[in-house]
Amino acid sequence: MADAKAGAGNAIVGMGRGSYAMLLAFFLGPAVVIYTVFSIYPLFATIFNSLYLRQPDGAYLFNGLGNFQTLLTDTTWSVPFWNAFRNNCYFFFIHMLVQNPIGLALAAMLSLPRLRLRATYRTLIFMPTMLSVVIIGFSWQLILSPLWGISKMFLNALGLGFLFAPWLGQESTALITVSLISVWQFVGIPMILIYTALLAIPEELIDAATVDGLNQFQAFVWVKLPLIFPTIGLVSVLTFVNNFNAFDLIYAMKGALAGPNFSADIMGTLFYRTFFGNQLQLGDLSMGSTIATMMFLIILVGVMCYLFLIQRRMQRYSF
Amino acid sequence: MLKTGLKTMLLTAVAMTAFASVASAGKITIESWRNDDATIWKEKIIPAFQAKHPDITVEFTPTAPKEYNAALNARLEGGTAGDIITCRPFDASLELFTKGHLASLNDLSSMAGFSDVAKSAWTTDDGKTTFCVPMASVIHGFIYNKDIFAELKLAEPKTEEEFLAVLETIKNDGKYVPLVLGTNDQWEAATMGFQNIGPNYWKGEEGRKKLIDGTAKLTDPEYVNTFAALAKWGPYMGDGYKAQTYPDSQNLFGLGKGAIYAAGSWDISTFRGQDVPMGAFKAPPPAGSADCYISDHTDIGIGMNAKSANAADAKVFLDWIGSDEFANIFANALPGFFPLSSAKVTISDDVAQTFVGWRGECKSTIRNSYQILSRGTPNLENEMWNVSAQVLNGAMAPDAAGAQLQDGLKKWYAPQQK
Repeated sequence: MADAKAGAGNAIVGMGRGSYAMLLAFFLGPAVVIYTVFSIYPLFATIFNSLYLRQPDGAYLFNGLGNFQTLLTDTTWSVPFWNAFRNNCYFFFIHMLVQNPIGLALAAMLSLPRLRLRATYRTLIFMPTMLSVVIIGFSWQLILSPLWGISKMFLNALGLGFLFAPWLGQESTALITVSLISVWQFVGIPMILIYTALLAIPEELIDAATVDGLNQFQAFVWVKLPLIFPTIGLVSVLTFVNNFNAFDLIYAMKGALAGPNFSADIMGTLFYRTFFGNQLQLGDLSMGSTIATMMFLIILVGVMCYLFLIQRRMQRYSF
Repeated sequence: MLKTGLKTMLLTAVAMTAFASVASAGKITIESWRNDDATIWKEKIIPAFQAKHPDITVEFTPTAPKEYNAALNARLEGGTAGDIITCRPFDASLELFTKGHLASLNDLSSMAGFSDVAKSAWTTDDGKTTFCVPMASVIHGFIYNKDIFAELKLAEPKTEEEFLAVLETIKNDGKYVPLVLGTNDQWEAATMGFQNIGPNYWKGEEGRKKLIDGTAKLTDPEYVNTFAALAKWGPYMGDGYKAQTYPDSQNLFGLGKGAIYAAGSWDISTFRGQDVPMGAFKAPPPAGSADCYISDHTDIGIGMNAKSANAADAKVFLDWIGSDEFANIFANALPGFFPLSSAKVTISDDVAQTFVGWRGECKSTIRNSYQILSRGTPNLENEMWNVSAQVLNGAMAPDAAGAQLQDGLKKWYAPQQK
């Protein structure tokens, strides 16, 4: 075993420069090519596009940061933009306040030592994550439908019919309704990540805590929770990135105008409408790219904050 | 033995395909978003054309409606688009023409059979060049369930007052949803609501042109009154109409649970499939109207890819699209899409015939946001969806709706800034 390793090492050490480069290209090349073509190039092309302005004759003229100024100061653009930004923050907070705590609780329950049907629960809770948003959107639209929805009949059966409202169609409730549907869909992801982290905690630590007199709950709060903080941090930053890139569920349920009165409009739907157009609105490549670039910057700032303010101060334990 | 047989068959098949592609020098393909109509094209329209022109093969290759514009643009830019292009009305097609993707069809002989209003959706702003053959329009009105009307002893309403009285009667009876229309998807509120009843208020083309030249404003009484009329519908719409989607509405009426359906004529074929006993009445004009107006909206045109490798055959096909023969086949195969040519057409579907009959009684107009007025930001059509849905939801006052539309239009449209 040791010989084989040394042999492999020697093979690389003894390699000529040319063949070493070939080896690097062989292993790294595919990833470099794929990321360059499908991630890095489109990102720069988008930023590049955002610096140009579409003329009425269809030509594109260099406009510097003019598009950003228009987006942030001209009320035609800034009102929808800040509305979408606010809604997006709200969308994110709902996920942080509902999805991640529930994910954590589910993971904690799954890791209880005497739980039966563990794998079944895990699969069932994770299932919606793997379904297409179109199916999710359609099913929930049916469940919540005031005409044929089961939620109305259910509330009526409980004598709580007065609580029912067309939640997806009211300005005051549309956004929170789609947010909660999204939470329902994605709660499996924090659950699985946290569950895996919990599994990695050695039994000895819990045994020691038990010997010291902690019950299951106390052991979770004082021993396990601090050990999974890095994972919770990771889950939060993933939630942030996914939420500010979100688009599909809202588009599937509420269309590109995300109404009523843009109450469910988030950055993704605003971008889609601007870039690809809607009904009579023609797509605007430059303003669409400007919005996409702003989305990128917002996500970048958020991730940077996480990296510099939280990640670096986090203590890691290795077992 | 069996193997050899199979091989021979395969070889023959390959040879025949090769032969077929050689023989199809006169082959044209049609780009379209009407994937719902694919069978009708394949079984009725194309065979009728080929009976006259056996040397030209036609293939209908539709794309899903939502993806059509983007997909077509990409194919035109990449040079892989078909020879015949189905044209969306107004700016989307105008842009294709200015970019040089659509050919001018001024020299097409069948073009003479179309009125200027019919051609308006596919003509340059200066009126000089037409680049698509007008194919079909859709008409707005109301479809009602005949059985429910008979049961409650109701007659087709002739005025807005009668319309509201009919709705009140159905509501009091309590068994059926009086007016089937939802605001979840927003477009129905604008298209089946505002654009359906509006022409009676703004006097059709006259009012539409005034908006374009800037002599009328969306805050004028005719527009505010249209919204005020819409605002009265709320109490008669189904329970939870704010979350009712377009398919919900179609099902509600299709299952016989709704009495009156705010319609576009394209819905006729949907309900025919569900055997609803249907009748139709046009948008009931408000008290004191002398004339009536209907929304007879140019919706589908058909043009030619400027870079078509088979332009001569494509022109033959387009010429045929302008013929009386096509008009008759199309109108009867797709009740609810009405040919725009001046040809005399008889439609066997009685409801479709009722719709098209209104052309003789009332003046036709197209939707007022479609020509020129939706070119800027904010987009007037999007704004109309938004405010119409809000007015129906009772979340916005009629004058506020007019004011929001006018403010948006004034931001970019010069004739409205005077």
